[in-house]
Amino acid sequence: MHLLDNESAAAGTRSAALRNASSVPGIPANQAPPTMDHLDELEAQSIYILREAFARLKKLALLWSLGKDSNVMIWLARKAFFGRVPFPALHVDTGKKFPEMYAFRDRFGKEWDLDLRVEPCPPIDSVDPTLPPAARSAARKTEGLKLALNKYGFDGLIAGIRRDEEATRAKERVFSPRGLEGEWDVRDQPPEFWDHFNASPPQGAHLRIHPILHWTEADIWAYTKREGIPIIPLYLAKDGKRYRSLGDQDITNPVASSASSIDEILDELENTKIPERAGRALDHETEDAFERLRVAGYL
Amino acid sequence: MNMILPTASISATPNGTTRPQVRIVIVGHVDHGKSTLVGRLLHETGSLPDGKLEMLKAVSARRGMPFEWSFLLDALQTERDQGITIDTTQIRFRTRSRDVVLIDAPGHAEFLRNMITGASQADGAVLIIDALEGVRSQTRRHGYLLHLLGVKQVAVVVNKMDRVDFSADRFKEISDEISAHLIGLGVTPTAVVPISARDGDGVAEHTPRIGWYKGPTVVEALDALEPAPPLAELPLRLPVQAIYKFDDRRIVAGRIESGSLKAGDEIVIMPTGKIAKIKTVESWPVTPVHAPQGAGRSVGITLDRELFLERGDVIGHSGQSPRDTRRIRARIFWLHDKPLTKGEQILIRLGTRESRATVVAIEKAIDPGALSNEENTAIARNHVGEIDISLAQPVATDPYTDNPRTGRLVIEVNGRIAGGGLVLSVDAGRPAVPIDIVPVESALRPDERSARYHHNGAVVWLTGLPGSGKSTLARALERRLFGNGGSPILLDGDTFRAGLNSDLGFSPQDRAENIRRLAEVATHLARNGHIAIVAAVSPSTADRAAARRIADSAFREIYVATPAEVCETRDPKGHYAKARSGGLPSFTGITNDYQPPTGNELTIDTSNRSVSDATDEIERMLATTGILFDELTDLAANI
Repeated sequence: MHLLDNESAAAGTRSAALRNASSVPGIPANQAPPTMDHLDELEAQSIYILREAFARLKKLALLWSLGKDSNVMIWLARKAFFGRVPFPALHVDTGKKFPEMYAFRDRFGKEWDLDLRVEPCPPIDSVDPTLPPAARSAARKTEGLKLALNKYGFDGLIAGIRRDEEATRAKERVFSPRGLEGEWDVRDQPPEFWDHFNASPPQGAHLRIHPILHWTEADIWAYTKREGIPIIPLYLAKDGKRYRSLGDQDITNPVASSASSIDEILDELENTKIPERAGRALDHETEDAFERLRVAGYL
Repeated sequence: MNMILPTASISATPNGTTRPQVRIVIVGHVDHGKSTLVGRLLHETGSLPDGKLEMLKAVSARRGMPFEWSFLLDALQTERDQGITIDTTQIRFRTRSRDVVLIDAPGHAEFLRNMITGASQADGAVLIIDALEGVRSQTRRHGYLLHLLGVKQVAVVVNKMDRVDFSADRFKEISDEISAHLIGLGVTPTAVVPISARDGDGVAEHTPRIGWYKGPTVVEALDALEPAPPLAELPLRLPVQAIYKFDDRRIVAGRIESGSLKAGDEIVIMPTGKIAKIKTVESWPVTPVHAPQGAGRSVGITLDRELFLERGDVIGHSGQSPRDTRRIRARIFWLHDKPLTKGEQILIRLGTRESRATVVAIEKAIDPGALSNEENTAIARNHVGEIDISLAQPVATDPYTDNPRTGRLVIEVNGRIAGGGLVLSVDAGRPAVPIDIVPVESALRPDERSARYHHNGAVVWLTGLPGSGKSTLARALERRLFGNGGSPILLDGDTFRAGLNSDLGFSPQDRAENIRRLAEVATHLARNGHIAIVAAVSPSTADRAAARRIADSAFREIYVATPAEVCETRDPKGHYAKARSGGLPSFTGITNDYQPPTGNELTIDTSNRSVSDATDEIERMLATTGILFDELTDLAANI
């Protein structure tokens, strides 16, 4: 496994190489632009979405769950805004994340110069005790999110969900309006086409913005590798197991895997037919558990 | 600390991302089998997650329902309960040479907005038709919308062939009908494939039951659809998303919709026409970048000079810039509950520009699902039409035939997208201002003037035969409006001919130019809050239409329809007598070349009523059409 202990070393190496390559004198004046590969296209689209959100909403925050997807999202925001994230990174903290996740947050919140806001969730006792355990945890997180929304008055929340993760997320809009209680009206989603977005939430309501909705799990890993984005080591296999998706400790399970590098993860994804969220108890409690949670305002 | 920081690599990724990805939408009438086909495709191509099929079979059994392939796609509880897809879903699988993103769009008319949301993202489409039911309203409507959405590659699938005993004749009948419909829209089907999605015939394999068919299977037809290429060959279009000043750089950010750019390029910023050079192309973490940047990239540039530009401007190369206009003809689809009518105030989004706008005319309004193209005067929900739009501020755009990315717009009503469409043409009434001409805008805002005058600006255009009473009415109206504290200004055709237009004669070209100048001057006054009262014979319908285009929504046309014999009796200027004696060869009035208007706001015959009575009627018309108002509340509604 290749471990480096700071990001700037990796970025520095790469930028030096690219600078040298691009400052070679004698580039022909009408040289054709380099063609875009799949990751370039995904990146350009996400940057466009992030810039539209920043242009059209007044008070934005980016939801940072510390997982691979939201780390890619922060990276994309730094690309979109030339090195800085011009809105707060909000971590709605259940208090039950893995120690590695907290260490990651504390380090990169500083290194990436994020305006980090850590907001706690209410005690579990205050959440409907008739819910199954994982759904109850998720409902608690939704409550924490609502508290943070009320506290800061955000009108836009940037969230790192993807269509390929889960069937109801596949039906999401890029700019997704929420009701006054944060609820999602799946039966009346507005039309959205040609990268024109509905960005006028009613007074007191907010929008969810999904800049990586069109990415897949494999895209996330390929991009993480290409860009040298740091990750939490729990994603890599240890003793025949690894986490494909990271949530609360008590409701997230590792999957059997021998993938101990990103290349091996990509090989594994090429061949697997096991869904990404297989280790998330939340998705399996009842047939429509996830749909009901999302309608109520879960991510 | 135990963080993992992978080394950066720019090599091709091992997960197949170098394979072309193509996005395909499945459309068609409700219950013709879209979701079933998608479920079957996933099964046949081995793309289903482990246990998914068994899980759904178990769920179906528990719910006492027969298993349906569509359950794989219909994720929402309500979708499974009602057996119809409500919202678009997306799912991925692979063919021999492609990564396919399948977009399953709902076929129910109520969810057309969701079908459009899905189809707008597609490179190609599969239009599915039930062999028993044949081409239905949503089949036609979806076909039409594919054309409007710019989806050019369409494969047709005739499903449920088992229900028609795999009849080759029935297949040909449907194939001929839909092909004719699509070709009429400018879309040639890439294939027409007979299948039974439920049983799998024709999906991935040819089966003996359809042995007479020699064309591609569905999977082969999908394999032949190509990803949409970026528009690298077209002129540069960079709509400005924002200007960032996070540090000492002033970065203009946006996505290149077509063409390419690099540092050193001379650019023009539309609609203002200002020129500059690109100083640097900024990026992160490496900056600046020197390689040219092509269509599809999100970029940031700095310019070699300080000049004002804003979100919504479009950057092009000098000599190849987009048009600048306040007037657009568009072909649109409409999704709002309330039909779109003439005179409606809407919000237009063109690229990153937003502008308030007025629907000046509805030229066509049809139901694309109906067999007969019965025309209407308003565009109803889920219908399509052609409209003329007048914009409150100039925008930069291209006709969609010149540039499919910058030649399309969306319409917003109450903060929600209500429709969209293609820019058919851009009015040349206000030509692009040469770079050296910098129009100076008034120091006063229109609402400041409105508050003082109690009226909005307008061009009141009186047309009619010589002697019909235009000048008399114009003078009476001028006196009336002035008496009420307004700011009317009389522009008399003959007065202008004595000065500004003294170089013009009475040839058709000179008459057209005479009208154009009158309209330009009147429009300038109207934009500055005055009511310009134009009294001019203006006999040509085409010339008056040109005047209406120039004045846009401020135009109020009054036909002074006094009978010709009464006009000749009056003959206030002695023209009729002179013409009768042959002294005025092209005098309108005895040569019968006056073309009466049809779409005018008011018609007045002065032969049988008093001047003050006629003036009252003009005032009422100006009040009901939003020019005059009494109360401050009205004012608020008008600004």
